[in-house]
Amino acid sequence: MAKITKEDVLRLARLSRLHLTDEEVSKYQVEIEAMLGYVEQLKSVDLGDLEPTSQVTGLKNVMRQDTEKSYGASPEQLLKNSTSIVEGQIKVRRMLQ
Amino acid sequence: MSSVLSKSQWPSIASISTDVQNGKSKALDLVELAYKTLENSNEFNSVISTTKKRAIGIAMDIDSRVKKGQKIGKPAGVPFIAKDNFLTFGGETTAASNILKGFNAPYQATAIERLEAEGAICVAKANLDAFGHGASTENSDFYTTKNPHDQKRVPGGSSGGSAAAVILDIVPFALGTDTGGSIRLPASFCGAVGYKPTYGLVSRSGVIAMASSTDTIGPLTRNIADAALILDIISGKDELDGTTIEKDKLGYTNLPTDIKGKKIGIVAEFMGKGVDPGVRSRIEDTLKELKNAGAELVEVSIPSISLALACYYIICPAEVSSNLSRYDGQRYGHTSNMSGNIEDSYNWSRSEGFGSEAKRRILIGTYVLSSGYYDAYYKKAQTLRTKLIKEFNEIFNKVDFLAGPVSPVTAFKIGQNIKDPLQMWLVDILTVAPSLTGSPAVSVPAGYSNGMPVGIQLIAPTGKDRDLLALASVTEKVI
Repeated sequence: MAKITKEDVLRLARLSRLHLTDEEVSKYQVEIEAMLGYVEQLKSVDLGDLEPTSQVTGLKNVMRQDTEKSYGASPEQLLKNSTSIVEGQIKVRRMLQ
Repeated sequence: MSSVLSKSQWPSIASISTDVQNGKSKALDLVELAYKTLENSNEFNSVISTTKKRAIGIAMDIDSRVKKGQKIGKPAGVPFIAKDNFLTFGGETTAASNILKGFNAPYQATAIERLEAEGAICVAKANLDAFGHGASTENSDFYTTKNPHDQKRVPGGSSGGSAAAVILDIVPFALGTDTGGSIRLPASFCGAVGYKPTYGLVSRSGVIAMASSTDTIGPLTRNIADAALILDIISGKDELDGTTIEKDKLGYTNLPTDIKGKKIGIVAEFMGKGVDPGVRSRIEDTLKELKNAGAELVEVSIPSISLALACYYIICPAEVSSNLSRYDGQRYGHTSNMSGNIEDSYNWSRSEGFGSEAKRRILIGTYVLSSGYYDAYYKKAQTLRTKLIKEFNEIFNKVDFLAGPVSPVTAFKIGQNIKDPLQMWLVDILTVAPSLTGSPAVSVPAGYSNGMPVGIQLIAPTGKDRDLLALASVTEKVI
C-alpha cells in the first residue's frame, strides 16, 4: 500500500499551489493514504490489452466557425469581479524579482 | 410528514404554462408564490441566493406579452431554481465555495438560456457541496441543507439544495448536475425524480466544471412528465460545448406507455450485502409491479461495477485538480491579503478560498496525475473504464434496462459521515458506474423505508433517454 509521508503532502501542495498549515499536512497525510489505499484495489486487476478511455461520446475533431460572439458584457462589468483594478487593468503582484 | 410533502401546490409544468398563456394565472403571481414558499421553508437552507429583481422583471414581461396576445414558450411563467454552479445573471454564482463569493457571471449557462428563451424564470440558486464535491451538502462552504422529511438528516448531494427545494414545493422543478450521482442521490434521499441524461445530451457550457468527462446536467422534479419536458428544452447540440450530441428525433415528450416484453436486468452487484433491508424490499416491490405491467425481469451481473467506485475516485479527483487550477485569485474570485510575491498570492488565495474537500481532491488528483504514478493510477482507471463500458455494452445486448437502488441506504444523519471522507465517498457506490459509461440513469421515488424516501435507479444504454423516460413514467404509475 502506498505510504504517504509529510514530505509527499508538501510536494503535492507545492505542485497544487496550496499553502497548507501543519495540522492540514498531518490530516491530509492520513486521509490521502487511506483513500489511495482504497483505490489501489484496481492495481491487481488484469486489463489485458484494453485501451484507456478518456471520453465517451466517440466524437472526433468537433469544429465550429471561428467567429466573434458577443455576450454583451462590458469590460467594466468583467473587471468588477477582480479586487485590484488600476486604470482599467487588473493589478497583480510582481512576477520577476 | 411524508404525506404532507407528497402533495404539491404546483400543477404540472405543461398546465401551469397553459394557464399563463390563457391568462388564467399570472407569471408574477407564480414567482411571488415561489418566494413566499421559500420564505416559509427558510430553516431548510435549500437556497444560497435569490435573483428576485431579475425574476420579477421577466415575469412582468411574460404577463405583458400574454396581454398583447403573443405566443409564449412551453414552460413560460414557470419558476425554477438552478444549482449554484450554473452561471446565471441577476445575482452571484458561487458553486457554494468561498473562492467564488461575490462572483457575477458575465454570461449564462446554455441550459439557463434555453429555459429563459421558453419563458421559464430562474428565481434562486440552490445550495450544493462546494463545486459538487460531496453527497450531503455538508461540504458547502456556507451551510448544510436539511432533508425536507427530517431536519436532522442530509438531503443527499451534491444537488441537495435543488432536490430539497422541489420537495419543499418552492418550485415545480430545479436544475442539478450529476458527475458521480449528484442528481440521483439527492432525488432519492428527498423523494424527488432526478434525471441524469446521456453524457453530452445537455450542454455543459456555463456550468462550473467538476470532472469534465462525466459532468452531466439534468432536472429534478416531482414527476417524469415534468422532467421529460425540461429535458426536451435543454437538450441537444450546442456549439459552445464540443461534446454535445443531437437529441432524439422524437424529443422527450409524448412518451410511449407500454413496457410489455421489455427486459429489465436486476444488477446483482447493486443488490448485494450492504443494501438496507427496507431499501431492498421497496426496490423488489417496485420491480414486481413492473413485471405485472408486462416487463420481463432478468438477473444480471456486471463484475467491474464493484471496481467502479475506485475507478471513479481516481478519474474524478484527477479532473477536479485540473479544472480547479484556474482559480488563482487574480482576475476573479477570492484574493488573499497575505504579503509576498505572485506565487504566494496564488497559494494563499487558493488555501483561503477552497474548503477541505476541494483541497483533498486537488491533492489526490495531483498525486494520481504526477509522473511515476500516472500509469499505475490514472491510466489504469481509464482502462478499467473501457472494461466497464464493454461489460455494459454486452449486457445491453441482452436486456433493455438495468435496475437497482440509487443508494444502499436512505438519507443519513447530518454529521454522521463528515469526519470520515472515505465513508462519504462510499455513498456514491451505486451511482458512479453509469457516470463512467455515460449512460442515462434516473432516480424514481419508490416509497419509504422508516419514513425516509427510497429511490429506484433505472439505467438505459447511451442515447436511449426516450426509452428510459418511458420506463420511468410507467414506474411512477405502478408504485
